[in-house]
Amino acid sequence: MAARSRAWVRYNWRVVWLSLVYCAFLIPAVYGFKHQLIPGALQYFVAILPALPIIGIFGAMGRYLVEEQDEFVRMLMVRQTLWASAFSLSFATVYGFLSNFGLVGRADGYWMVVLWFFGLGLGGIYNKLTLGAAGC
Amino acid sequence: MENRLRLLRAERNWSQQDLGQRLEVSRQSVNAIETGKYDPSLPLAFRIAELFDLPIEEIFVSPSTRSSKAI
Repeated sequence: MAARSRAWVRYNWRVVWLSLVYCAFLIPAVYGFKHQLIPGALQYFVAILPALPIIGIFGAMGRYLVEEQDEFVRMLMVRQTLWASAFSLSFATVYGFLSNFGLVGRADGYWMVVLWFFGLGLGGIYNKLTLGAAGC
Repeated sequence: MENRLRLLRAERNWSQQDLGQRLEVSRQSVNAIETGKYDPSLPLAFRIAELFDLPIEEIFVSPSTRSSKAI
């Protein structure tokens, strides 16, 4: 496996830290809501807290694209994010119509993020098949 | 883009990793350029040319030159 750039190492550390923060926010939020410990308007704030580190991961990816000096590796990542966006948005569009016509149930919006990350993997496969290197 | 990078590298007994380190890019970048799957930017093409002390056109084959020769 090729040696990873400093930008890649920094990106990984950011993702690790943000994932830990995500757990630190999510677990108390779930516990608090389950046991009805969170009063009134504070519920909105606590409910949004686990979303913030996920948004941070998107920011970390943007930062990585800015910091990565290897233009080929950067291009691989850009192609992956395009794949991820196209895949998740296409899926959401199809699912939205199916849901609108009552053919499938409603789904939580954050599944889009899961699909987006799955799309990153698809982009990596496409990169490997067409350019010989997967990327991230 | 067709190029002579693999040949020039082999003449110097460099691995793709060696060349990547000299150019400050990954081994997979070198491989993608050598196999013509990726065309380097102008700054990277200049870095390659300077490393081998050759003009860019002696390393990379212009697509227009190549097609006119084919005609």
